[in-house]
Amino acid sequence: MSGPGPSIPPLRPELAVICDLIKPDSRILDLGCGDGALLLHLARSRSVRGYGLEIDAANVAACIGAGVNVIQADLDEGLADFADGSFDYVVMTQALQALVRPDLAVEEMLRVGREAIVTFPNFGHWRARLAILNGRMPITPALPAQWYNTENIHLCTVADFEDLCRRSGWEVLDRVLLDRAHRRGPAISLLPHLFCEIALYKLRKPVAGATAGLV
Amino acid sequence: MGAHEAGTSVGVVVPRRIGIETALTLDCGRTLPRHDLMVETYGELNADRSNAVLICHALSGDHHAAGYHSAGERKPGWWDSAIGPGKPIDTRRFHVVSLNNLGGCRGSTGPNTVDPATGQPHGPDFPIVTVRDWVRSQALLADALGIERWAAVIGGSLGGMQVMQWAIDLPQRVRHALVVAAAPKISAQNIAFNEIARQAILSDPEFHDGRYYAQNVVPSRGLKLARMLGHITYLSDVAMRARFGRLLRDGDGQFNFNFDVEFEVESYLRHQGQSFVERFDANTYLLMTKALDYFDPARDYGDDLAAAFRGAQARFLVVAFEADWRFSPERSREIVKALIAAGKEVSYALIDSDLGHDDFLLSLPDYHRVLHSYLGRVADEVGT
Repeated sequence: MSGPGPSIPPLRPELAVICDLIKPDSRILDLGCGDGALLLHLARSRSVRGYGLEIDAANVAACIGAGVNVIQADLDEGLADFADGSFDYVVMTQALQALVRPDLAVEEMLRVGREAIVTFPNFGHWRARLAILNGRMPITPALPAQWYNTENIHLCTVADFEDLCRRSGWEVLDRVLLDRAHRRGPAISLLPHLFCEIALYKLRKPVAGATAGLV
Repeated sequence: MGAHEAGTSVGVVVPRRIGIETALTLDCGRTLPRHDLMVETYGELNADRSNAVLICHALSGDHHAAGYHSAGERKPGWWDSAIGPGKPIDTRRFHVVSLNNLGGCRGSTGPNTVDPATGQPHGPDFPIVTVRDWVRSQALLADALGIERWAAVIGGSLGGMQVMQWAIDLPQRVRHALVVAAAPKISAQNIAFNEIARQAILSDPEFHDGRYYAQNVVPSRGLKLARMLGHITYLSDVAMRARFGRLLRDGDGQFNFNFDVEFEVESYLRHQGQSFVERFDANTYLLMTKALDYFDPARDYGDDLAAAFRGAQARFLVVAFEADWRFSPERSREIVKALIAAGKEVSYALIDSDLGHDDFLLSLPDYHRVLHSYLGRVADEVGT
């Protein structure tokens, strides 16, 4: 809106990785956009335009105060307000596992956007595995809540998610596995499924019978 | 007077009558050679005239949106909760313009003002005006005030419809459009409520085909009924239950077995109806409900609301209230959907509320935080 505005705090590493995957001047829909940090950053650094969806009233006010377009809505209600292919990217960070039907949510993302970017906590991280071996639900930095009060109702591992991608026919364009510091650490390259705490996927749904170049 | 809290009230305000000397051709085909508008302003217009905000009123509103008309007055203007120093529509930063719309009954040219051609009140001969006519009239007012472009046009309910019409018809003159508790057009159910309200007035024996001024009477029973009906639709079931329940006015808890006021809710409705009769004109009420019924900006664009918005240049804030069933959140979502489809900048806030349609007049914290955040940025943008 106005000039340079107040300086913006650095992005969470996970969001910084997403920024790198987004082309300048594109249109983006950010599902569960929080205080609008990603959209604000993309608008300033890459002239990206778009909207955030957010359910929390305080976050909605924060977005509005930051000049970020935000639509107050429940992700579980779907994306009926958005036309097919109306965005270059539909992004959802750390919300997939809290949805009633994550598989349908990604389908919707790929209907509305040409590409979808999702992140989720990897339930196959060694800490989670260790906790399960000890007979307990994991409490880890990425999964800090108790089993009875967590919002996460559909946790999955990197392997589970990739299996869903195959079954659903989603093409994985990019995969970034982030370690505990939400960076691409050395242990990750060695044993990705064990050391990945946050997984990021960039997906596309190939149009049946379509040829490249179709926008 | 303790009610005029120093610091948050605009204090005592003086309305003024502004003559619009330009002829105005209305949607119905008739032309008004000139008309008067009653106007109040709050806050200073800045040097480059960029900080002006227009307030559009709803069905029964008028130019008196904030402050008091005298030091002894108890009740402030209808949107005093939102307009004033430090309030969401901050008069330290904005020059706020509020008017009584054409066809109103609070001093602007309307059915109850004298037609110079006849020396009699216009009465039923006053043309039926539309939301689009109001926007034309308001644009002439902006010209008269030397305001090229509004920093924001703001309105709730029927006022929100005027905001949308501004953004569609005069895109270059609106920076920000704040559409609160509105709808892209009203439903059959809403038209039905309006029709009953009209029939109540039209069938009152003291209506005299709208020429009741000459008879020195007013169709008070009809107008009262119309307002009582309206009030039911402005409140949610939950709010009415919480406020009145089935409480009886007499403390003895016994039924009276007659038709006097017995339940608290009856008392409330009768009081609301009666006080409305004392301040409102029946012919204006008829006009206002008709303007509501006719509003449908998509109609000129093949019933495609997104197409209607395509030329808009404003950024939009759309606000709806959970408990509002007269102008429900679903209707606001239709506006948002069309704006998104048209590629417009829009934010949408759904406010958790209990009261109903009247929530837009309250200072609910979530609601005012959203208005404050949005308008704070608008003020920064226009350099005030």
